[in-house]
Amino acid sequence: MKKNVSKLISTAAVAMTVSAGAVAGTLDDVKSKGFIQCGVSQGVPGFSNVDDKGNWTGIDVDACRAVAAAVFGDAQKVKFTPLSAKERFTALQSGEIDILSRNTTWTYTRDSSLGIDFTAVNFYDGQGFMVRKDLGVNSALELGGATVCTEQGTTTELNMADFFRKHQMEYVPVVVQKADEAVAAYDSGRCDVFTTDKSGLAAHRSKLGTPSDHVILPETISKEPLGPAVRHGDNQWKDIVTWSLFVQVNAEELGISSSNVAKVKKDSKDPGINRLLGSEGNMGEQLGLSADWAYNIISLVGNYGEVFETNIGPKTPVGLPRGVNNLWTEGGVMYAPPVR
Amino acid sequence: MSKNNSTTNTSFLNDAGNRALIFQALLLGLVVFVGYYLFSNLQANLDKQGISTGFTFLNQPAGFPILLHLIEYTEANSYGRAFLVALINTFVISLLGIVLATIIGVLMGLARLSNNWLIARLATVYIETLRNIPLLLQMFFWYFAVLAALPGPRNSFILGDFMLNKRGIYSPEPLFQDGFGFVIFGFFVGVAASIALIIWAKKRQSQTGDWFPAYWASLGVIIATTFLALVFTGFPVEFNVPELGRFNIRGGMVLPPEFVAVLVALSTYTGAFIAEIVRAGILSVNWGQTEASRSLGLPDGLTQRLIVLPQALRVIIPPLTSQFLNLAKNSSLGAAIAYPELVAVVMGTTLNQTGQAIETIGLCMLVYGSLSLSISFFMNWYNKKMSLTER
Repeated sequence: MKKNVSKLISTAAVAMTVSAGAVAGTLDDVKSKGFIQCGVSQGVPGFSNVDDKGNWTGIDVDACRAVAAAVFGDAQKVKFTPLSAKERFTALQSGEIDILSRNTTWTYTRDSSLGIDFTAVNFYDGQGFMVRKDLGVNSALELGGATVCTEQGTTTELNMADFFRKHQMEYVPVVVQKADEAVAAYDSGRCDVFTTDKSGLAAHRSKLGTPSDHVILPETISKEPLGPAVRHGDNQWKDIVTWSLFVQVNAEELGISSSNVAKVKKDSKDPGINRLLGSEGNMGEQLGLSADWAYNIISLVGNYGEVFETNIGPKTPVGLPRGVNNLWTEGGVMYAPPVR
Repeated sequence: MSKNNSTTNTSFLNDAGNRALIFQALLLGLVVFVGYYLFSNLQANLDKQGISTGFTFLNQPAGFPILLHLIEYTEANSYGRAFLVALINTFVISLLGIVLATIIGVLMGLARLSNNWLIARLATVYIETLRNIPLLLQMFFWYFAVLAALPGPRNSFILGDFMLNKRGIYSPEPLFQDGFGFVIFGFFVGVAASIALIIWAKKRQSQTGDWFPAYWASLGVIIATTFLALVFTGFPVEFNVPELGRFNIRGGMVLPPEFVAVLVALSTYTGAFIAEIVRAGILSVNWGQTEASRSLGLPDGLTQRLIVLPQALRVIIPPLTSQFLNLAKNSSLGAAIAYPELVAVVMGTTLNQTGQAIETIGLCMLVYGSLSLSISFFMNWYNKKMSLTER
C-alpha cells in the first residue's frame, strides 16, 4: 500500500510541476541543492547494494558518483533512493531523482515513450536462467513445463514469454513484486527456474544458502544493455552523465587510473591527455563544469576497469568475467568516443 | 416572505438566498478552474517530456503471461484483455473472501459467546491473534511459511486423483461431452421444483402451523434430478487426470498457492473482525428475548435463528459493510505474493511496459471505487430490508 501511495504522490507531482522547471536545468537544480539524487536498486550485489553502515557500492552507484565528482569535485555528494523495478520510471519522470542508475535495460519503447533518455551503456548483459543442479537440466531448451519465477515490471517478463512462445514450450509464470521475494519463492521450491539478467543471476546466486547448488544455464536469450537514464529534454544534463562514463572508458584505454592520474597530469606531454585532464584548454566549460572535471572522476571514482574489478570482477563474490564488457582493444565492445 | 423582504428592505447582495447562490457558483467555478488548470498543465507537461498519453495502449498486444486466468488469455492478447483478466481475479478473490469471512466470522462470534469454556477461549485466542497482526505479514506467513513447507511436486500428497504440493492443489478436470446440456437442464428443473416446494411449505405453515423441512427436501430434489439426468444420458463427463511431468504436475486443474494464500489470509483476518461485530450484535439483543423464546418452548438453535439473529442483524449490518469494503480493497495486497490481481497486472506490469502511470492508476482507482460503491449500495439495500418495519 505504501508503494502505491508514493506512486500517487509522484503522479500528482507530475501533474503539478510548473512546466519549465521539470525539463531544463537539472545541472542548476543539482548545484543549488548541493547533491545528486540517484535512483538505484533495492539491493543487487555488485550493481547497487547497501551495507550495514548505509554505504552504497556497485557499478551503478559509481556511475552516479562519477557525475558527482564531475559536478562537485566530490564523489560523496550523492543521495540514493532505492527503487523497485516498477517504481523506477515514475520516480525519474516526476523529478524525484536526477539519474536513474538501476541496472535498467535500454530499449526502444522506454527511450521513445517514457519521457526518459538513456545516456550510455555501463554493462552489456543478457537474460539467462538459473536452476537447481539436481534437476539435471543442461539447456534452456529443456525447460518445457517448468514453473518460472521472475520480478515484476522488467524486460525479463516479456523476454521470458517470447522465449517460451518461440520454442512452443509450456510454462507456469510466477511474477513477484520484488526481486528478493522472487528469489525467496525460487529458493523455497515454488519455482524450478529463476530468470533475470545473467549478471543479476550471478549476484542473487551469491546470496543463496549454497550457491554451488544452482547452475546458470548457458543460453542467453536477449540483449540487455544496461545503463543510466535521465529525463527527456535536458540535453546538458544528459551530456554530463554520458560523458562522465565515456571519460572512465577513455581513461582505461589510455592507461590512466585513480592511482596514477596525479602523476600523469603532472608529467604528460600528450596533448590529448592534457586536454582530458584539464591542464590544457577547458573542455569542462562546454558542459558547464570546471576544467578538472575528468581529473576528478578518475581520481575519485577510477576508470571503468577499476570500477568493474572492485564491484563485479572475478575476485569479488559476484565473480563475473570481463567478457564482452572488455575494451574494444581487448576484444570486448566497450568503446567510447574521443574527448576532443 | 423573504422575497418580499428582499424587494422592499434589502439590496440584492444582502439577501441571504442570493448570497448563498453566488457563493456556491463562485466555489463551483473555482473547482472547475482548478480542475481544468491541473488537467491542462498535466497534458502540457506530459507532452513536453515526451510521455505518451491516452488509452490506445489497451489495444496493443500485452506480451506478458498471467499465472491465473479464468477467461482465455495468452501473451498475444491485448493489454485490455489482461486488464479484464486481472479484474476478474480481483472480483473472484473479493467475493470468495467475503463469503468465507462471513462464515468464519459468524461461527467465531457465536463460539466466543459459547457456554463451553474451551470453545469460547479458543475463539478469543483466534480473534485476538489475527486481528492484531498486519495483513501483509499474514499473507507472507501463509505463502512463505505454510504453503512453501509442503512437499515438492515429486513427493506430492496423493489422494485418489487429487494431489497437493507446494505448486498448488491439483484435481481432475471434467471434460463435458455431448449430452451434458441435458444434465444442466435436469439441474434447473430441480431448482424450479425446489422454489415451488419452498413457496408451498411457507404457505402451508402460515395456514396450518405445520412445519415442513423444505430446504433439506429441496436439496434432495436438486441432487435427484441432476443425478437422474446423468444416469439417463450415460454420464457424459470424462476426466483429465493430473500426472507428474518432468518439472511439474501436468494436466488436470490447479489451484495455485498464491490464490490459496491470499484467500486464506483475507478471510481469516477479516473473519476475526466480523466475529467481534457479530458478538456485539448478539449481545445488543435484550436477554429477555431469549428468555421469552425459551418459555415458548423453542429449542436453543431456533431461538438463535428466529429470534436473536434477525434482531442482531440490524446492529451487525452497518459495520459489516465496512469490513466487506476493507476486504475488497485489501485484496490488492495479493500483488506482494504474486497473485495476479488488478494492482499487480495493471499498476505493476502494464504500467511498467507502457509507462502510462496516469491512465493505469486512473483505471485502478475507477475499479476499486466502483467495486466499493456497489458493495455499499447492496449492503444499504439489505440494511433497509432488515430494518425494523413497524406495522
